[in-house]
Amino acid sequence: MSVNLQLVDLTKKYRDVKALKSVSLELQGNKIIVLLGVNGAGKTTLMRIMAGLEDSDSGQILFNNQNTEPKALRRVSTLVFQKTAMFTMNVYGNLAFGLKIRKVPREEIPKRVEEALQAVRLPEFEKRRAKRLSGGEQQRIALARAFLLDSHVLLLDEPTANLDPNSAIIIEKAIISKKSSQRVIVMATHNLNQARRMADEIVHIHNGEIVEIAKPADFFENPKSEITRKFINGELDF
Amino acid sequence: MADIIVQAFQQAINLITSGNPEVYATVYRTIYVAGIGTLLSCLWSIPIAVVLGLYNFRGKWFIKGIFNAFIGIPTVALGLLIYLLLSRQGEFGYLHLLYTLNGIAIGQAILVTPIIVSFTANALGSADSQLRDLAKTLGASGFRTNLILIRETIWSMVLSVTAAFNRGFGELGIATIVGGNLLGETRVLTTAIAIEINFGAFDVAMAYALILMLIVIVLALTISLIERVRNEDVSWSKLVFWRGLGGN
Ligand SMILES: Nc1ncnc2c1ncn2[C@@H]1O[C@H](COP(=O)(O)OP(=O)(O)O)[C@@H](O)[C@H]1O
Ligand SMILES: [Mg+2]
Repeated sequence: MSVNLQLVDLTKKYRDVKALKSVSLELQGNKIIVLLGVNGAGKTTLMRIMAGLEDSDSGQILFNNQNTEPKALRRVSTLVFQKTAMFTMNVYGNLAFGLKIRKVPREEIPKRVEEALQAVRLPEFEKRRAKRLSGGEQQRIALARAFLLDSHVLLLDEPTANLDPNSAIIIEKAIISKKSSQRVIVMATHNLNQARRMADEIVHIHNGEIVEIAKPADFFENPKSEITRKFINGELDF
Repeated sequence: MADIIVQAFQQAINLITSGNPEVYATVYRTIYVAGIGTLLSCLWSIPIAVVLGLYNFRGKWFIKGIFNAFIGIPTVALGLLIYLLLSRQGEFGYLHLLYTLNGIAIGQAILVTPIIVSFTANALGSADSQLRDLAKTLGASGFRTNLILIRETIWSMVLSVTAAFNRGFGELGIATIVGGNLLGETRVLTTAIAIEINFGAFDVAMAYALILMLIVIVLALTISLIERVRNEDVSWSKLVFWRGLGGN
């Protein structure tokens, strides 16, 4: 049976900014759901709530049909941040951190770290200082670090934003290879082409509201919402 | 004027090289009280700083404000207070700490508490909130998350503890009032300087002052050098001394 995540009427306000206005969504494993929207649409806010890093003002999240509080949500989900963060450690320390917390046997860790670095094409980077790496390299390390945890909910907030096209393709392939019935993958992006390449389902969010949910073919050829039509034609400001 | 300084310099070198045991003992006592005082203070200052830096609770701004306010407390005022507490009629008279090195150390421990608390709490509080989120999303518990934030700010802590040591090392009020400046017992560099000035022995006073400053400078340079090694991937073995100084 595939895992599923249900968002029910989520709202979030920052002072007088309504970042999310009643967002409801059903997500299943074995798919890549692309959360598409311009800057400020509410993608990061939604991702942070799904990651259990922030609580919504109202609404609920069900994981496998069970109401799940942020703390419990954090145990099943991992978020890769839009703005990459690295601990002041070498790459190995950054990758091993989550494994140690999950009590992975000590002798297994080096092997798993090595494999994760292969997957993002940064082999033998273990001893490098994470904070000294280039933006793109850090972003790939951040992805490897999340992949390692094998979470049921993998949340990727604009994971290729700082990457050159070649690295972006590598990363896109790595993400696709993570598809599994035991994993819900959500990727936020404002890049239409990337959405077309990767999505099994596109969720268009605008001003804190979901305006369109569709398979890529329908989304691009036959959008139902006026806002989506404008977005596709490049008539929405970024 | 220039003469006096040159003389003082020679006198200082004489004092250091003469092997005068009281000079060495004075230096040792100064390092001892500031060192013990700072370490003692760390026992409570670091935990207080961790609570203030990493946890939110009502009235926190007020407590932080109080600690900030006491960073610059005049040492004579604190010295007087501690004198009264430690004097025979005082609450803690039975401890017989008045006119002892340990008495000065305790006074300095209290003196430097606001320095360690404020600097460390600020460093922890401004630790990148991204890192807190990162630790959490990688599965860390609240406790583990705090540990990693402490680890991330450890260098700021070292700097605040060093600042605390320097404050104790160069303070006069507590050492005079609580220590009593007893020759061969509680005399430290600052009280030695003060009394030599009273005697009109400006050259000796200047010599002690030079020793005091020399130690402070050596400590500061050592810390800078460690920081350099930390930041620049330069290993100790490769760190040629002139390179460390030359900035190349
Ligand atoms: N911590 C915050 N404080 C105040 N406003 C915020 C905060 N986070 C997001 N916002 C606002 O909420 C809206 C949605 O932001 P965000 O979720 O980051 O959008 P996106 O990731 O799609 O670019 C924006 O208007 C943004 O300014
Ligand atoms: Mg965003």
